[in-house]
Amino acid sequence: MHLINLASDPLDPAEAIERLNAATPDAGGIASFTGKVRASGNVEALELSHYEPLTLPEMKALGARASKRFDLMGLVMLHRVGRMVPGDKIVCVSAAARHRRDAIEAVDYCMDHLKSAAWFWKRELSGGTWRWIEPRAADHSDLARWTEKTSPV
Amino acid sequence: MAVKILFLGPLSDMAGEQSREVAAPLDWKGLLDAVGAEIAEQLQNERVNIACDGKVLADKASLIAQDGDEVALLPPVSGG
Repeated sequence: MHLINLASDPLDPAEAIERLNAATPDAGGIASFTGKVRASGNVEALELSHYEPLTLPEMKALGARASKRFDLMGLVMLHRVGRMVPGDKIVCVSAAARHRRDAIEAVDYCMDHLKSAAWFWKRELSGGTWRWIEPRAADHSDLARWTEKTSPV
Repeated sequence: MAVKILFLGPLSDMAGEQSREVAAPLDWKGLLDAVGAEIAEQLQNERVNIACDGKVLADKASLIAQDGDEVALLPPVSGG
């Protein structure tokens, strides 16, 4: 089971993880990560834009690579687009595998690639002013951990 | 008929619009002329990518957009 999607409505990770659980009876474990909008820094809103012809196909390709590399039995990768406020969930990745380490590492792998190599552009609203968020150097070093060249970096 | 140029992320602020239509066909030089000096300078940066008809170009200078194609200008991503 691969459930990989973009959503403009609020995410429901618990529901997605339960579906993954039901679809993978032979898995020995499920690891999950949920990313959310921080309340710090007086951020009033976060807006994520994407490019339809590239963003979802590349997420699906990432899911296929993760599935193969970590021998997954199932994978959920849900990502919000559009405007969010602090506390809103941005992303949910959940992986089911026979053994825990594969599941945990697959989630880490997917998150590192989503954070640094997926086609999203983010801006924050703070003090009434929108500001584009630049790529962080740490995102690229996180990606290098997996020693795999991927577009678009 | 036309080629649609799409400005993604911060490039839309620089362009002052989300997209612009220009005459087909459109090559690399035509693109640089069509987007204005500020964005043309951005496009020279190797971290700024271009997609034509939904595919990222390995070599931006090879751009030849035909009538009906969408040319997306993709600045460095800020991640998910």
